[in-house]
Amino acid sequence: MSGFLSQLLNGLQYGLLLFLIASGLTLIFGVLGIINLAHGSLFMIGAYLAFLVTKATGSLWFALPVGIGAGLVIGAVLERVLFRYFYDREHLDQVLVTFALILIFEEMRSLVVGNDFYSVPVPAALDFSIPITAGFSYAAYRFFVIGACLVLAAALITWIERTNMGAVIRAAAEKPEMVDILGLDARRVHLTVFAVGTALAVTAGGLAAPLTSVYPNMGDGMLIISFVVVVIGGLGSVSGAFFAALLIGLIDTLGKAYGQAFAGSGLGNIIAACASMAVYILMVIVLLFRPAGLFGRRA
Amino acid sequence: MMRPDRIADRTAHRMLPQSAAGWLALAAVVGVLAVLPLSATPYYTGLVTTAMIGAMLALALHLLVGATGLVSLGHGAFYGLAAYIVYLMSPEGAPRPIWVTLPSAMLVAGIAALLVGALSLRTKGFFFLMVTLAFGQMFFFVFHDTKLGGGTDGAYLAKPLIQAFGLTLDPKELPRAQRGWPAYYVALVQLVVTYLGLAFLLNSLFGRVLEGIKVNEHRMEAMGFAVHRYKLAAFVIAGMLSGAAGHMWSLHSGFVNPELVSWHKSAEALLMILLGGIGSLAGAIAGAFAYVALGEAAQLATERKLLVEGVVILAAVILLRNGIMGIGSSLPGMAEPKESSALEIDGPPSQQETSVHAASE
Repeated sequence: MSGFLSQLLNGLQYGLLLFLIASGLTLIFGVLGIINLAHGSLFMIGAYLAFLVTKATGSLWFALPVGIGAGLVIGAVLERVLFRYFYDREHLDQVLVTFALILIFEEMRSLVVGNDFYSVPVPAALDFSIPITAGFSYAAYRFFVIGACLVLAAALITWIERTNMGAVIRAAAEKPEMVDILGLDARRVHLTVFAVGTALAVTAGGLAAPLTSVYPNMGDGMLIISFVVVVIGGLGSVSGAFFAALLIGLIDTLGKAYGQAFAGSGLGNIIAACASMAVYILMVIVLLFRPAGLFGRRA
Repeated sequence: MMRPDRIADRTAHRMLPQSAAGWLALAAVVGVLAVLPLSATPYYTGLVTTAMIGAMLALALHLLVGATGLVSLGHGAFYGLAAYIVYLMSPEGAPRPIWVTLPSAMLVAGIAALLVGALSLRTKGFFFLMVTLAFGQMFFFVFHDTKLGGGTDGAYLAKPLIQAFGLTLDPKELPRAQRGWPAYYVALVQLVVTYLGLAFLLNSLFGRVLEGIKVNEHRMEAMGFAVHRYKLAAFVIAGMLSGAAGHMWSLHSGFVNPELVSWHKSAEALLMILLGGIGSLAGAIAGAFAYVALGEAAQLATERKLLVEGVVILAAVILLRNGIMGIGSSLPGMAEPKESSALEIDGPPSQQETSVHAASE
C-alpha cells in the first residue's frame, strides 16, 4: 500500500513537471503558431544550469531563480533573433530550424560541461523524508517539487485567465488578426509568450535536476512525452495540457512500476509491454475518438 | 472541365525533369556513380553508399513532403524498423537471401506505416507532425528499452545474401578493396529503381491527385476524390520505401542500433529534402549527397561536428529557400518553365484550410 502511495506521488510529481514543459509548448503553438522541437533542449539547459549554479554556489536555492531569469532572457533572445522570422514559414522550415537548435544546444552543452552524467544534490534544508504513515515516508524535496509546480501552474493559469495580458494572449490564440485590429501590441505578446514558455521549460529542468541527475540528450524523451501531452490535451489548450499531463504522469509511472510484475509468461510479457507503452495506447484511443484532443476545440 | 488524367498525358509532374536534357543529366549522374568505385578508395565508396541510402529515405519522404504536402517525422522509424527486421530474421551467422529479407522488411514497414498512418492522418498540420513523431519514438523506445534487438548497444546481423538465379555473390570472396562494391551497386540499382518508381507514380493519376491535395485538399474532396485514402496510400508507400532504405542500410553496415529508429533520422531526411530543394524529386538525392559531404567536411575540420551541422542547417533554412536544385533556376538564362517557378516562389500552401493560391488560379 505504501509502495502504491509513493508511486502515486511520483506520478503526480512527474505529471506536474510535464505540465510545465507542455504548457509552454502548447502556449507557444497556440499564440505564435510555431512548433518548437528544441523545447526539450530548453529543459536540458535548465537542468545543466541548475547543476552549474549549484556547483558554483553550493545550493540549489540560487539555481532556481537564476533558471527562471535565464529562461526569460533565452526565450526573449530566441524570439527576437530567430523565431519571429518563422511564424509564417512552412512546417518543414520550422521543424528544421528547431532541429538545428537541438544540435547546437547539445553541442554547446558538450563544450561547456562535457558528456558525463552528473548528480545534483538536494538542498540541505529539504534533504529529509516526511513520514506519512507508520511504515512510509516520502522525500521532502519531491513534495517541494509538487508544491513549486502547483504554484507555477496556478500562477500561469491565473495570468492567462484573469489578467489583461492573459486576455490578449487568449485573443491572439483565437483570432490573431483581432489583436492587430484592436491596436494591441502583437510583438509584445509574442515576446512575452515565448519568454514565459521558455522559462517554464528551463525551470522544470532545474527542479528535475536533483531527481533525475543531468545527462546528454535528457531533453529528447521529455520533448516526445510533452508532445503526447499536448496531443491528448488538445493543441493550444493550457488547461487541457494540465489534465493531460497529470493523467500521463500517473499512467506512465504506475504502468512502468506495476507492469513489470506481469512479465514472465507469454501473456504477462504482453501486459508488461502494454503497461510500458500505456501512454501511447492512451494517445491512440484519444486519436480514435477525439482527434482534436480531450480539450481541443478545433478539429 | 479538364480531367486530371488528361493533364497527366500532357506534361511531366512539376517535381520531375521538364525536358529530355534533365533526364540526360540524371542519366549522366548515374553513369558517374556506376564507375565511381573504380577510382575511389573503399572509404569513399562506403561514404557514397551511405549517401545513396540517405537519398532513398529522403526520396521516400519526398512523396509525402514535396508531392502531398505532409511533413512526417515518423518515417525514420519505418527505416529503422526494417533494419531491425533484417536483424530478427537473420541474426549474426545466419544470413538469408535478399529476395527474402527485402520484401519482408518492406512488408513490415508497410504494415507499421498503415497503422501509424491511419491514426495520424486523422489529424492535420502540427498535430500530424507531433503524432507521427510520438509514434515513431514509440518504435525507438521498443528497441531502446527492451532486449528485443540488442538494447541500447545495438547488435550485429548477417548481411542479406546477394543472390539471384541460384548464384550468390559473397563479398568476402572479393579482394579487400572491393568488398564494399556489392552493397554499393545494390544501393545504386535500388536508388535508380526508387527514383523511377516514384517518377512513374507522380506522373500517374495518383500523383496528380496528391498534387491536388497539396494545393487544396478541400477542392479535391469536393471533386469526389477519397482524399484520406490517397494520403494513407502515399503514407504507406513512403513507409515501404523507407523500409527498403533501412534494409539497404543493414546490407551495407551489418549492424543495427536504436539510433536508426530515432526521429533524428526523419529530421535528417527532411533536411536532405530541404537542402536539395523542395520542388524537385531529384533534390532529395542532391540533398543527401550534400548532407553526407557536409558531415564529412565538418568531421575533418573540427571536433564539433554537430555544431557545424546545426549552423549550416540554420543558414540553409534561412538563405537557401529553394535548395540546391533551386540555385540553377535563379541564374539568368536557366529559368524554368513559368508554371513551376511560380509554384516554387509562392511555396506550397500546404495544409491551409483555404488557399489563396488555389483560388487565384
